[in-house]
Amino acid sequence: MSVTTELPTPVPQAQPAAAPRRRARGERGPALTALLHGLLTVASLIALFPVLWIAWISLGPDKTDYLHPGQILGKMSLGNYGFVLQHTDFLTWFGNSMLVAIGTTVFAVLVAATTGYAVSRMRFPGHRQLMWTLLLTQMFPIAVVIVPMYTILSSLDLLDSYLGLILTYSGTIVPYCAWLMKGYFDTIPVEIDEAGRVDGLSPFGTFWRLIMPLARPGLAVAAFYSFLTAWAEVPFASTFMLSSDKYTLAVGLQTYISEHDAQWHLMAATSVLIALPAALFFYLVQKHLVTGLTAGAAKS
Amino acid sequence: MAVAVQGAPSQGSRDREPRPGLVQRLKLSYSKHWYAYAMVAPVVVVLGVLVGYPLGRGIYLTLTNANSLNVGRQIGVNHIPDSFDFVGLHNYADVLWGPGSYDRLWSHLIWTVLWTVLCVGLHYSIGLGLAMLMNQKLRGRTTYRMLLILPWAVPTFVTVFSWRLMLSDSGVVNTALGFLHLPQPSWLSDPLASKAAAVIVNTWCGVPFMMVSLLGGLQSIPAELYEAAEMDGATAWQRFRYVTLPGLRTVSSTVVLLGVIWTFNQFAIIFLLLGDGSPDAQILVTWAYRLGFGQQPRAYAESATYGVLLLSILVVFTSFYRRWQVRNEGNA
Repeated sequence: MSVTTELPTPVPQAQPAAAPRRRARGERGPALTALLHGLLTVASLIALFPVLWIAWISLGPDKTDYLHPGQILGKMSLGNYGFVLQHTDFLTWFGNSMLVAIGTTVFAVLVAATTGYAVSRMRFPGHRQLMWTLLLTQMFPIAVVIVPMYTILSSLDLLDSYLGLILTYSGTIVPYCAWLMKGYFDTIPVEIDEAGRVDGLSPFGTFWRLIMPLARPGLAVAAFYSFLTAWAEVPFASTFMLSSDKYTLAVGLQTYISEHDAQWHLMAATSVLIALPAALFFYLVQKHLVTGLTAGAAKS
Repeated sequence: MAVAVQGAPSQGSRDREPRPGLVQRLKLSYSKHWYAYAMVAPVVVVLGVLVGYPLGRGIYLTLTNANSLNVGRQIGVNHIPDSFDFVGLHNYADVLWGPGSYDRLWSHLIWTVLWTVLCVGLHYSIGLGLAMLMNQKLRGRTTYRMLLILPWAVPTFVTVFSWRLMLSDSGVVNTALGFLHLPQPSWLSDPLASKAAAVIVNTWCGVPFMMVSLLGGLQSIPAELYEAAEMDGATAWQRFRYVTLPGLRTVSSTVVLLGVIWTFNQFAIIFLLLGDGSPDAQILVTWAYRLGFGQQPRAYAESATYGVLLLSILVVFTSFYRRWQVRNEGNA
């Protein structure tokens, strides 16, 4: 518990405290710099620790190794990874997850971008209601929609199919992404659209050839959000994907517990393998995160 | 959607043409709105089919006694039709003040509200603290940012699984606590400790989003404001209180609203961390899911009733929040 209680303290110290010595604005004494580094290091360690922990456990060859983490050092091996890759359905699930996540990302980002653009630039009747509805869909608790969604997907013959899952995810992801994109489009000057129109582009052409390239940071954030959500989603996937060759990783990991009688070391290895692509994707887009997210939040 | 008829002339930001005749204008705005509607149509269709219809159907289910035994289903080639009955508002009455409603609804509601307040409060204050630390000129800022965003980058079920191992009865957290001669609660089953564990894990998972959003907000506050405040002799606290916080207001109000909605409906963390153990620590969403999917027969109607109640709580909260926000902006 010492871990989390230390965190709230940084708040009051964040502003540079008044130092007795006269100094230029924005300059700090060495003690304060050390304090800043100290606080950030502690916070980083807390953020890092559970992730490192599971990577560490995954190296231990025995299923009770998580209870004796110290002993792993002597018998470290990549055996768990070999087992997971060769003797389980991991690769199938991985492929399924990839397919669903990429499909969702492409579809959701496109749809969110067009919606965000329409709401940001065009004052059509009902645009206010549309934004309000989008916010409202964020509030739907999963319990209300999951049963009827199951019914409708089964009547559309989309149960146990990738397309069904992609559409379901898009339904949950698009509203937030559309808000995000609207915020980002609002920061792009309207004059650019006007210039495009004057030069003879259609509204779609303006959107696609002028605004989309300019909105890359916003798109990156929306893509990041969609990919991660689709990649890591559990309840919909475990309800709608019925046959084990259609399982996504999140579902597969769960069947894995019972199948292997809670072999934590294998689960740990699988988890690391699952986390890798997400983290990779994340670091590809992370430099856009701050600008992209804030535009969305600041202008809503 | 009755597109064409409603295409009344609007105060479009870019009508720069000289005012043409009425018919001309209708046509013009129709063509303009036609583009707009074409662009929002995919969202409307997807949301209408996948959210609108299920919601309507969910609301209908709350007025029936549907469960997994009487709902229509397909067994082999035989289709069994629905056989549940319409029971009116009986489900609501039962959930709200039926026998045992305190244990079923109100205790979970109180915990859900407490959970939301605690989590969002922690997310916001820790996120703001870290964002302000990161907004300083500092060597290695990028590295810190990459590390601090890590909880967001790794999928939830992976990190929650890691926390489960760490918090298990003889896991690393309890070993550390034992080393310090502190009590070692069983985090995943004890009623109070499991609530604490859920809050800790959710805080850990949710801070990066707040931090990144607020960091962007901080960067958009002009440095001149701080300079001016400092010239006027404002203390660090006063600068924080009268420059930073107001400058963050728009960002804050959005992320707090989203945070409240997301935390209130937070499903994955509690579901994955505590599973079916510790019924006391279930918030309303996981509780409703449990009624609908985690037991036999599956009580669809009751589960949907909880869902509708949850939704209405959030809608009421949001409309009050928006009103309060508008009034605040009016005063500012």
